[in-house]
Amino acid sequence: MSIINKSYSKFLAIFPVIILFISVLSNSKYNFIYDENFLSLKISYLIVFFWSLKRPEYFGYGFIFLAGILNDVIQNNPLGISSFEYLLICVLTAFVRRRIILQNLIYDWVFFLISILIVGSINYIILVYIFNIPIVYNGLLLGLFATFLIYPVLAKILSWIDNIVQIRINDKKKQ
Amino acid sequence: MSREMGRDDFIISARSVFLNKGNRQKFSLLTLIIISILILSLEYFKSGPVNQIRMITKDVIIKSSYVASIPFKSISKTYSTVINHFNMYEEYEKLKKVEIKKQNLMLENNFFKEENQRLKKLINEKNLYNDEFYITKVLLDQKSPYLRSLLINKGFKHGIKLGAAVRSDSFFIGKIVDSNYFTSRILLISDLNSKIPVIIEPGSISAILSGTGNNELGEIEYLPENNKIKEGSIVYTSGSDGVISSGIPVGKIILENNLIKVDYFTDFTQINFVKVYYKK
Repeated sequence: MSIINKSYSKFLAIFPVIILFISVLSNSKYNFIYDENFLSLKISYLIVFFWSLKRPEYFGYGFIFLAGILNDVIQNNPLGISSFEYLLICVLTAFVRRRIILQNLIYDWVFFLISILIVGSINYIILVYIFNIPIVYNGLLLGLFATFLIYPVLAKILSWIDNIVQIRINDKKKQ
Repeated sequence: MSREMGRDDFIISARSVFLNKGNRQKFSLLTLIIISILILSLEYFKSGPVNQIRMITKDVIIKSSYVASIPFKSISKTYSTVINHFNMYEEYEKLKKVEIKKQNLMLENNFFKEENQRLKKLINEKNLYNDEFYITKVLLDQKSPYLRSLLINKGFKHGIKLGAAVRSDSFFIGKIVDSNYFTSRILLISDLNSKIPVIIEPGSISAILSGTGNNELGEIEYLPENNKIKEGSIVYTSGSDGVISSGIPVGKIILENNLIKVDYFTDFTQINFVKVYYKK
């Protein structure tokens, strides 16, 4: 029984990482065409941002790095670019964590916009100017904006998941 | 004084962000960022051991991604099965009409094939291309604004080379752009970077078919000024690049607001198996 309990606790501890890997593997499912424009939601940015801001202790940087490599292979991007972007988001959230004492959704939302704009610009510069890969600027911008818009909804869902995980972990500790 | 304090505070924050390994963290952020920049810079090496390691890594990741994507695929498959059941009667009525037309066309096609072979013999034309192909399974499909590609289950270990033409049924869908040991990537004709030399019949008009990033319509470029292309004309590969064989059907012409576009014959979202052709 204790083995089951232990593995269950371990599963809960790596649950955020599992969500990140699922989002990376099913990345192509978050693309929509709106008014002849291709919207590519960057759900992985959102997940990395959310968990590294709220619970960095359950979100190993090594896993984030691996998820980035996985994303690059699937998307046929130069290897390492997504890892770099995800880690950059972690840097930004780590700064915010150290500067802000009280967090609320609006601050997080605004800061998320700033973060994805920085990361999106770096993505564009590296792909276009260093690797000469032509990308649709409007598509990138629209995708980032759409990701920004869905942040509150997804953040609420992720907070709900986080609460469940925390309650279970606390229950296990009490036992 | 306060400015100095602020600067010190910032430096302390930066040091703790980059160098401190937080609770349960095995690597510091700085280490991983440096590793990712190093990996990124290795992209410039397109051959040698670096390339081989990259190919093996890609193979492993693609194969494991395929296994991980099986549950998602089965969900979408179940969904499309249910939808297909609802549309069954309507489809059946349509197919009844198509079947009658198909039989007539097959007879006509056989006649033209034999006539074509007879005429080729008459002018002593040799077939430069091989009709040998591998049927391979599609492992993953990628659709994003920047990339329309499929990952398949065969690599250069099976003899697949860069530039090889790929068909779904009888229709041209793209070419090989990346070949690892056991997996390859097909760049679909709908991809933004895809440029294929084509010929439009009737009229034998040569042009370039460009992908738009949109799965439904492609664009025709470099057309002669006074072309007489009509709606419904068929677009075939011209074979003028010397890699892709000629005469593979790609799509048909549609005129949209005086713009010439190509409606692909293949539905790129429904491809499970493809044929990879190769040159002798």
